[in-house]
Amino acid sequence: MTTPVLEARGVTKAYGEAEVLRGIDIAVPEHQAVALIGASGSGKSTLLRCVDLLEEIDDGDVFLDGEVITDPSVDPTAIRRRLGMVFQAFNLFPHMSVLDNVVLGPVRAQGVPRAQARERGRELLERFGLGGREDEHPDRLSGGQQQRVAIVRALATEPRALLLDEVTSALDPELVGEVLDVIRELKAAGMTMLIATHEMGFARDVADEVCFLHEGRVLERGAPERVLSVPERPETQRFLRRLLEAR
Amino acid sequence: MESRRAIRATARRRRSQRGAAIAALSTVVVIGGLAAIVVTSPGWENVKATFFSWPDFERAFPDVLAGFWLDVRMFCVIEVVVLIVGLVIALTRIARAAALFPLRMLAVVYTDVLRGVPTILLVFLVGFGVPALELSGLPANPVILGGAALALSYSAYVAEVYRAGIDSVHPSQRTAALALGLTESQALRHVVLPQAVRRVAPPLLNDFISLQKDVALVSVLGVIEAFRVAQIDASSNFNYTPLLAAALLYLCVTVPLARVVDRMQRR
Repeated sequence: MTTPVLEARGVTKAYGEAEVLRGIDIAVPEHQAVALIGASGSGKSTLLRCVDLLEEIDDGDVFLDGEVITDPSVDPTAIRRRLGMVFQAFNLFPHMSVLDNVVLGPVRAQGVPRAQARERGRELLERFGLGGREDEHPDRLSGGQQQRVAIVRALATEPRALLLDEVTSALDPELVGEVLDVIRELKAAGMTMLIATHEMGFARDVADEVCFLHEGRVLERGAPERVLSVPERPETQRFLRRLLEAR
Repeated sequence: MESRRAIRATARRRRSQRGAAIAALSTVVVIGGLAAIVVTSPGWENVKATFFSWPDFERAFPDVLAGFWLDVRMFCVIEVVVLIVGLVIALTRIARAAALFPLRMLAVVYTDVLRGVPTILLVFLVGFGVPALELSGLPANPVILGGAALALSYSAYVAEVYRAGIDSVHPSQRTAALALGLTESQALRHVVLPQAVRRVAPPLLNDFISLQKDVALVSVLGVIEAFRVAQIDASSNFNYTPLLAAALLYLCVTVPLARVVDRMQRR
């Protein structure tokens, strides 16, 4: 069996008394997408932040291409350069133009010459329907456009895998589609992804595996059709029923 | 029959006309009343002669203006020093590196102590204390020593302004920069600081205005700047009009600065 690009083994994380992750095992093979579903507070976002070393885990380990990245001796900056992350609230840099947002990572973190980074940034923006927006500031764009810029910004560093943290949760409903389309396109292009999401239809389309998180544990996992259509665990059934009722 | 739209437009116009009329009337009453009180006061003739004497103004103005030129030059140099030193102190205070612990502590003590001491006292202490040390190599020029005292005091304020600005940038901005693979210091330099400085530009300018006035404090060390020139002239001619001339010169700088602050805050 080939080594997964990303793997978490027995990861635990507590904030004081509150145990947010209680032993998570997850593997994302190359070119695959794993969707994390579950209620708010189930640990999806924390898991993503731990994988990107934005939070320090308490126990267990995370591996990138088979290499331990959660050892205290590992430089987190070097690891983050190999991963891309997109946030729920976009977190674009408001004082920079769209293009400057996109080239900051390549130029500062990876030492790509500015001219080259700008050219590549323009290409990426063009590819994701943001051509002609390079010089605008993020606050001039719609939420959907901002999130697409954030995705381009993460892609510009040519990450080994992309971590997507509920990237459509802050969007107006009519803007969700354009962002999901971008992610579908990335999946088709072979990007390896770990996706926290509340969009079950999207998880069904794009994910190779769905993991249901509940109180810091993966309670159920499997092919999306199976987990989302005939969930085995009562907690999963309850969670999916609530989502349906909320519609 | 008039349309509802026309009725409302007429009512709105009438409201705004009435508002303008009331504003004009109340201005005349308040300003006119105050002026009447001052002009009819028993000492007015005396005050007019000692504070508003045109011949005295004309005679003293060139000297006061020459003194004010020193104020402006000192202000410019001190301001640059303050902007740099304040930033260094603010960055020291927020630095996380363990090796910087003693510096961090010093920075806290610096901001606490120098903001806590009256500026005039600090000018005295530095201006008379440093030369008294009789150390060779230290400047004895009161312009430099007074300027240094002001720079010390204002750096402490400006450091706190910078720090407030840095704290006001949402932590998710730093996180996003780190996620791109930037180091902590790159995230600070390219993402956090530019936003912080933009946000605190109005309060920084407020401190500039305050500094521009406080430059007059170096006169206690015998520096012949605008206030001191005016004071000397006033006491030798028994007329306070030169002080008014100095005040006008300060206003020529501080009022435009205040308008700039207003405009920045509106944006």
